[in-house]
This record gives sequence, C-alpha cells and structure tokens, in this order.
Amino acid sequence: MPAIELSNVVKRFGEITAVDGLTLDVPKGICLGLLGPNGAGKSTTMRLLTGQSIADSGKIKVLGLDLPKQSKQARARMGVVPQLDNLDVDVTVEDNLAVFARLYRAPDVPAAVNRSLEIARLTDRRKAKVMELSGGMRRRLLLARGLVHDPELVLLDEPTVGLDPQIRTQLWTLIDGLRSAGATILMSTHYIEEAERLADEVAVVNAGKVIARGKPGDLIREHAGTRTVEIYGPPHELDAHREQLELEGVSVRAAGPAIAVLDAEQAPRHLIPDHAVERAASLEDVFVKLTGEDAE
Amino acid sequence: MSADSEAVAVETAKLRRFEPRAISAVMSREVANFRTFWKGTTFSSVLEPTIYLLAFGLGLGSTLVGDVGSIPYVEFVGTGMVATAVIFSSALPAMFGTFVKHHFQRTYDAILATPVDTEELVTAEVLWIGLRSGFYGTFPLLVTIIFFGLDPKLGMLLVPIFCMVTAVGFAGFGVSVAAKAEKIDQFNYVTTLAITPLFLVAGTFFPIDQLPEGFQVVAQLNPLYQLVELVRGAAFGFQTVDILRFCGLVAFSTALWRLACVLMQRRLID
Ligand SMILES: Nc1ncnc2c1ncn2[C@@H]1O[C@H](COP(=O)(O)OP(=O)(O)OP(=O)(O)O)[C@@H](O)[C@H]1O
Ligand SMILES: [Mg+2]
Repeated sequence: MPAIELSNVVKRFGEITAVDGLTLDVPKGICLGLLGPNGAGKSTTMRLLTGQSIADSGKIKVLGLDLPKQSKQARARMGVVPQLDNLDVDVTVEDNLAVFARLYRAPDVPAAVNRSLEIARLTDRRKAKVMELSGGMRRRLLLARGLVHDPELVLLDEPTVGLDPQIRTQLWTLIDGLRSAGATILMSTHYIEEAERLADEVAVVNAGKVIARGKPGDLIREHAGTRTVEIYGPPHELDAHREQLELEGVSVRAAGPAIAVLDAEQAPRHLIPDHAVERAASLEDVFVKLTGEDAE
Repeated sequence: MSADSEAVAVETAKLRRFEPRAISAVMSREVANFRTFWKGTTFSSVLEPTIYLLAFGLGLGSTLVGDVGSIPYVEFVGTGMVATAVIFSSALPAMFGTFVKHHFQRTYDAILATPVDTEELVTAEVLWIGLRSGFYGTFPLLVTIIFFGLDPKLGMLLVPIFCMVTAVGFAGFGVSVAAKAEKIDQFNYVTTLAITPLFLVAGTFFPIDQLPEGFQVVAQLNPLYQLVELVRGAAFGFQTVDILRFCGLVAFSTALWRLACVLMQRRLID
C-alpha cells in the first residue's frame, strides 16, 4: 500500500483550477520531490492531504485512510512543515515543541520534546525564545516541530524557500537524515538542486497536473537525452541558431544569456558552432522543457 | 518504527470528534503565550477599575449622583464594571486575536495540520478566553470590596461563573466577526456599532429603569445587562428571576460558540 494515493483530484477556487486531475502515488519509504513552478498547485496538494482543503472530485488516500473522512487519523500519523514560518515567536523553543507534542497526543511529552530538540540540534537553545534564534535555527525548529511525534509520513512544503545557501545545506542534511531513518517524505520545491539532492523520485507538476514522474536519471534520459549543448553569443545570432535547430525538430530553450540544445547527440552536427559548451543533461533541462518555466 | 510512533498509531484508533485532549492541547498553546504577557494584563485589570471607580464612583457619587435605590453609587458602578471588564477581555481579544492568528501568524494553519478539528480549535479558544475573563472579570468586584467598602458575600463566589459564561458568548461573537472580516479595520465598525452600545446600555453607570421603554426592552436583550444584574444579585441579594437570566446567558453563549465554529470552519477549510 502506497503512503499517499491521489487519483484524478480536482480542486477549484472560483475560476482558478489549482489542482486539475492530479494523479500521484508515493510509495512508502521514499522521498518524492514535487517539482513545479509558482502556482502549479503544490501547496494546494499539501493542504488537500491534511484535510485543510476539500477536493471537488477525485480520490485521496493517506496511509490507507480515506480523506477527508478519516483525515484526523491521517494527520495524527503525518508531520507537516509549512512553506511559511508560523512558530510562536514570544514562546521558548521547548514550549513550541511541547504544545505540538500535545496537539499530536504524544504519550510522553517531555521525551518527544527532547528527541526532536536533538534532531534539530537545538538542545542547548531550548530555553531561548524563538525570536532570539537565527534564521537557520528557526527553520530547524519548524522542521523539528513537524517531527515531534515521530511521524511515518512527512510533508515538506518548500522547506528551504528564500533561505541562504548555508542554511539550506543544514536543512538538507536534516531532511536526508529523516529519509535514511525510513520516513516517507513528500517535498514540494521549485529548486532543481533540492530535488536532485534529496528526492529518490520526482513528479513534475504544472497547472495542477503531474506531467512527468520518475527517478531523476530516468526523467533526464527520457526527456533531455544525455548531453546538452549551450550556445553563447549575441541575441540575434542565438535567434538564428535557434530557428535553424527548431526547423530540424531539435528541442531548444533559452538559458539565461545562452540557448540550450537538448539531446545534443541527435542534433545535426553542422548546426552546433565550435564555441558551444557541452555538458551532461540535467533535471533543469527536463523541468524547463516540460513546464516552459525558468527554474531556479 | 520506534516505540513512540507505535504508541501514536494505537492512539489514532481512539481519535474521534470533539476530544478533550485536543481542546486542552490548543489551550496549552494559549497558556504558553499568556505566560509572556500576563503581568501587563493583570496590572491593567487592577488599575482600570480603580481609576474608573475613583473618577465615576467617588467623583460623580459624592457630587452629582446620590445612592441608586439603597446602593451607594460607588458600589453600583463597581459591581456594574464587572461587565465592562468581561466584554473588553473577551470580545476584543477574540476578534483581534483570531484575525492575527489566522492572517498574520498563520497559527491556525499549523494547528489544523495536527489531529485537531476546527470545532476543537474554536472551542479551546473561546473556553480559554472564558476562563481568563472569568478570572479578570472579578477584579472590579475585588477592587470595590478592598478599596471602596463593598461587603463581601458568599454569593459572590458565583461571579466568576457568570463572567465565564458571558465571556464565552462574547468570545464566540469576536471569533465570528474575525471569521467574516477581510480587513482588520472593519473591527472599528463592530466596536463602535456593537460593543460600545452594549457596554453603555448594560446598566453599569446608570440604572436601566430610568431609560425610555424602548431602551429597556433592548437592554433586556443585552447579555451584559443580564450579567450586571446577576453580579448585583450576588452582591445585594438574588431574586428568583436571576435563574432565568443565567439560563439566558447560557443560551446566548451556546449559540455564539456554535456560530463561531460554523463560520471558522468555512473560513479555515476551503
Ligand atoms: N485559497 C485560495 N483561494 C483562491 N485561489 C487560491 C487559493 N489557494 C491557492 N489558490 C490558487 O491556486 C493556484 C495554485 O496555488 P498553490 O499555492 O497551490 O501553488 P504552489 O505550487 O504552491 O505555488 P508556489 O510555488 O508559489 O508556492 C494559484 O493560482 C493560487 O493563486
Ligand atoms: Mg506553495
């Protein structure tokens, strides 16, 4: 039985269809990266999984439980780390955790608090008020709060959005540890690197649908081949290259100051100038090709 | 899986609607926060009635106004001010607190991601405000006893209960308003059009029976007036009709608590 099963889920907000026939299952014990541009429906999907949003149609099962009917039971067994910090800032680190241990009905609140303090490496700051913590500590606390009851399933909504690289690395270490410990993780992100580093499998979502799904390596091979070539030059030259390549049916995209040619081995050699830079195809190539969005 | 999560898995079998443990967990969050600001709240809860009683009670009482019935004016105002303390420590914190927790702090998003339902969340919030108001609502009475010579009576032990029941209702009102509000400025209208009039025609500063008949009917529908009457009953002797007043307050609270649950469910779950 998969940890999460979504089939044909639709969620509308008035005119907007945030989730549009989304089908996805997350097997137990893996970290699945939900990779999608802004507004793709990642947060809405997370809210559907906690019963905070009710689907207009489709089926949702979490840990074998039917949602929204059994969502309370499901919530008891999953931990949620939100996109935006919602800690109680005037309250101490340990009190923040203790409240959530009680909300999750932990049988031994002090033990649960100690355990999650250790995971987040915040034991020596337990008496500090949240507002006295550094940005990185706050984020670690937010993560620890979602883990206070040792959940089987963890939902991470853009866990490192807007953080500086150092803090991001700290969090990646924590998330990786969580995965090694056997938890199932559903992590939304629009950072390619985050998905590449942490996710066993990736589901690319766009406009409320899963448009590709698989192991990062498989997705790259399937959608972007093995080699990508980047051509640099003045814009009018690039436009000319692009036009010629596309006439030959080659997949080309803008990549900042350059254009990127996907699946470069298949492209006619004479159309690739000598100064072009060749590199291994990446998940970013897949993402941009499928969603048409520039990735971060 | 560790022993901890097995225990959780076992616990989930027991999860049902409206659980006392969910409610007490949400209240524990309120307590944790309250511990950071209780001194200020306590200080103003003592000082405010004292200032009012000095100004109105002694100022007016010794110059312009004599006794009300057989009650010295300062004791009349002192007992009446219990209602003032209750509405200002329930409706306003519920309104602003709910709005801030929902829109700015996103506290409710965090809580509803745990095995807690909106109904339990709202119940915990209004109960906590009720308890707090039940406690602080008695301060004007204590101030009147200690500094202004009101005789303590056994019946006064019921005052925290009267306050709490009323406060739960006004907390429900505040939560309902916050559930409907789009912007925090809209609370100005509610304060001016609802809370201030309720507080003025509660019989705190002047007896209702001197008002035109229309006002008297309105006052009867004002839960704060019923609270004032109950507090004066506790201080100067209950009447049979007070049982009816208390039942009225219980009905008022129950209705607004339910309304708050329904409106918040609509607001929080989309
Ligand atoms: N409560 C709501 N009311 C109206 N529209 C909403 C609501 N929640 C989400 N939407 C809309 O649904 C779409 C999907 O939003 P969602 O937040 O799920 O995207 P996302 O993938 O999480 O994006 P981001 O990367 O920006 O966090 C957006 O167009 C958003 O504006
Ligand atoms: Mg989002």
